Amino acid sequence: MAFPMDPFSCPPLWTGGPDPSGYYSFPQIQSRNASNFKGVSAGLKPQAHSQYPITTGTSVFGVKYKDGVVMAADTLGSYGSLARFPDLRRIIRVNEHTVVACSGDYADFQFLQEIIQQKQIDEDINGGGVTMKPEALHCWLTRFLYNKRSKFDPLWTTVIVGGMQDDKPFLGYCNYIGVAFKDDLMATGIGMDVAVPIMREVLDKKGVNEFTLEEAKDLIRQCVRVCFLRDCRSSSRFNMAVVNKDGAVVEEPTVVDTNWDIAKTIKGYE
Amino acid sequence: MLGLSSPLMPAKPALPDYSAGAGPVEHRFNPYSNNHGSVVAIGGSDYVVIASDTRLPSGYSIMSRTQSKLFPLGEGGRSVLGSSGCWADILTLTRLLETRAKMYWHEHAKPMSTGALAQMLATILYSKRFFPYYTHNILAGLDENGEGVVYSYDPVGCVEKFKFGAAGTACSLLQPMLDNQVGKMNLAHGNPEAQMDMEEALNLIHDLFVSATEREINTGDSIHFKIVTKNGIEERTIGLRKD
Amino acid sequence: MTSIGTGYDLYTSQFSPDGRVFQIDYAAKAVENSGTAIALRGKDGVVFAVEKIVTSKLFEKTANKRIFTVDRHVGVAVSGLLPDGRALVDTAGGEAADYRANYGSDIPLKYLSDRVAMYMHAYTLYSSLRPFGTTIMFGTYDKEDGPQLYCVEPSGVSYGYWGCAAGKAKQAAKTEIEKLKVQELSCQDLIKEAAKIIYMVHDEVKDKMFELELSWVTEATNGLHERVSQTVQDEAEKFAKAAMEEDSDSDEEDMS
Repeated sequence: MAFPMDPFSCPPLWTGGPDPSGYYSFPQIQSRNASNFKGVSAGLKPQAHSQYPITTGTSVFGVKYKDGVVMAADTLGSYGSLARFPDLRRIIRVNEHTVVACSGDYADFQFLQEIIQQKQIDEDINGGGVTMKPEALHCWLTRFLYNKRSKFDPLWTTVIVGGMQDDKPFLGYCNYIGVAFKDDLMATGIGMDVAVPIMREVLDKKGVNEFTLEEAKDLIRQCVRVCFLRDCRSSSRFNMAVVNKDGAVVEEPTVVDTNWDIAKTIKGYE
Repeated sequence: MLGLSSPLMPAKPALPDYSAGAGPVEHRFNPYSNNHGSVVAIGGSDYVVIASDTRLPSGYSIMSRTQSKLFPLGEGGRSVLGSSGCWADILTLTRLLETRAKMYWHEHAKPMSTGALAQMLATILYSKRFFPYYTHNILAGLDENGEGVVYSYDPVGCVEKFKFGAAGTACSLLQPMLDNQVGKMNLAHGNPEAQMDMEEALNLIHDLFVSATEREINTGDSIHFKIVTKNGIEERTIGLRKD
Repeated sequence: MTSIGTGYDLYTSQFSPDGRVFQIDYAAKAVENSGTAIALRGKDGVVFAVEKIVTSKLFEKTANKRIFTVDRHVGVAVSGLLPDGRALVDTAGGEAADYRANYGSDIPLKYLSDRVAMYMHAYTLYSSLRPFGTTIMFGTYDKEDGPQLYCVEPSGVSYGYWGCAAGKAKQAAKTEIEKLKVQELSCQDLIKEAAKIIYMVHDEVKDKMFELELSWVTEATNGLHERVSQTVQDEAEKFAKAAMEEDSDSDEEDMS
C-alpha cells in the first residue's frame, strides 16, 4: 500500500489486522472495511443503504391462549457483541387491543414506532369509530417492510404483532423482506430455533382453546429463560405483554430466575 | 486468499494476514428468501385438483406448519393459484392478482376466466423481469367447457398449458411420477387410454406428497387440497410427517 | 365598502390608494356570514362553543362540524367557509405531526398558531391566490404553561386571547365575554357560560335551526381535547335556556 507523503496523515494502525471499528463483531462488516470502493471517485459512490443492523435486540416471543395473547422480549440492546443498552423497551402498546414487539435493528424499530404512533394519533383525533386492529396493522407492516426491501433499503427488523381481532386472539409475524404469517405461537431470531419447539410441544398437547393465561405466561417465561441461557445476545431482564378483552398491558420489566449455586463448586479458576 | 503468490500478485511482506479475504468484496443485501413449498395440480374432464404442503421454512427453521400456499382467485370464479418460493413475493403477487381480479369483476360483471387469469399472471410476472417475483406458480382452473386445466410458470412469466403439473422445491420428485401416472408417459405397464377420476387423482397426490416428504426436508407437515368442480371449490387437509 | 368598482379589490397583490387590501376585507366578510364561534380561556383550560347553523333538516346530526382536534392536545374551532377551515385544520395537523416527528414532543400552541398564521398570510401575497375565508381558534392546556388560546384571522394575524369570538354575532358575543371574569372561572362554569352566549347571540329570525357544539381541553381531561359528555352538554344547554327565559321574563317586566 502506498502511503501518502504528507506528515499529517497516519499510516494504517495495524496492517492486515482488524481495524479499530472492527472490535465488535458486526455480521458482514469485513466486506465493507476491506473495500475502499477503488476506482470510484468519492463524489460518485453509488447510493449505499443500510446493509446490516447496528444496535440490535434479540428474540421476541408470542403465544396465544384461550382469551388473548402473551408476548415477551428482553430489554438488551446489543452493539455487535457488546451489551450496550441494558434497558430498551422492545414491546410497544399501540392501542387497547394491539401491541407490537420487535427484534433486529433498534433504530429501525424506533422509526417504525414513530410512524405507528402517529397513525394511532391520527386515528384518535379524526375519530370516526375506526380503530387500527392488529390484523390491519400487521398487513400494513408487511406492505411497508416489503416496499422498503424492494427499494433495496430495508428496515433491518422482524416484528410480531399481537392483539385482539374482533374478540379473537391475533398473532402475526413479519420480517424485513416481507415474509409474513399468522400462527398460534411464534418467535423471532434464535428463539425460532430454541423456543418454538418448546412452545409447540406444549400447545400440541393442550391446544390454544384450553390454554390459560397463567400457563401461557409460564410458557413464555420458560422461553425467555432458555434463550437467556443459550443466546449470547440476550439478557435476563425482560418485558411481558398481555392482550385480552380487558385491554393491552405491557408489564414493567422482570428478571428471569436463574440458579448459580453450581458456580461455587467450580474450583481452580480464582 | 490461500496464500498463493503469482507474478501478478507478489507475496506480501512477512506480516501476518488477519483478514478473512484479501481484496475488495462487495456484499449486498439479499432481498429474497427461499421459503420452499411444493404444489401439485391434476386436471380431469370435469374437475381440477390442486394441492400444496403447509410447511413454511426459513433456513433450517420451520416458521409455521399451517401455511397453505393455495390462493383462490377471480371473485367467485373457478381458479386456484398455487405458489411457492419467496413468501414475501408470493404475498405481494397474490394480493396484486386478487386486486386485478376484483377490478375485472367490477368492470365486466363476471368472474375472470382461468385463461384470462393465466395470461394476466404471465404479464405481471414478466413486468418484473429484471427484479423478479421469486415465485414458482401453478394455476389450476376450469376452462370454458368445464374441463380441468393447469398452467405452469417459471418465475419470470414463461407459461404453458398442461393437464397436470408440479412446482416448487420437490417438483423434480413429483413431476416424473405425474408424467408417468397421469400423463401415461414411458408407461411399461397399464392402460395408456385410462382417464383418471377425481378420487384417483386425490389418492395419487396424497401418495406423491408422502413420498416427497420422505426425501425432501422442506416439504411436510400437511397437504392442503382444493378441489374445483362446476359446483364450487371444496377443501381438504391431510397430515404429513412433521420432521 | 366604498371601494367596490374602484378596481383595487381584484387581487391580494394590490393595495388600494388608502392602504387596504380589499380581498382580505372580503375574506373577513365571509367569516361574518358564518355561525358564531367562541373560545374562552379559564383558569384550568379552554372551552369552545360553536353555533352550527343547520340549513336543512335532511342533514345527519354529525354533518358539517366546526370543532376539530388537530393533535391530541389541541382543539380548534373554525368560523367562516367550512372547506377552507377543514383545509387549515389539515395543514395544522400536518404541522403537529411534523413537530412530533422532529422533536418527539407535543407541538407548543404558540408555535402551531404562528405556523398556521404564516401559512394563511402567504395566501394574502399573490395575485393568483385567494385568502382563507376562515377565522380559526386554537386552544390547549398543559401543566407547565396552563391554558392557552390563540386566534388567527384571514389576514394571517395571530394573537393570544382570554376570550375570542368570530362569525355573525362576533360583536355581541365579545360584549358578553367581556362581562365575565374568565380568568377566575373554571371550565365547568365556562362551558355553561359559553353555551349561554351562543344561545343569546343566536338570531332565530334569520336562522331557524342551529346546533350547539361544545368541547374543551382542560386539566380534568389531562390536557386532551375532547367533546363534552352528553351530560355536560345537556346541563349547559339547560343552563343556557334557563338564562334565556329569565332574560325574556325580565324584558317583559320592563315592558309593563
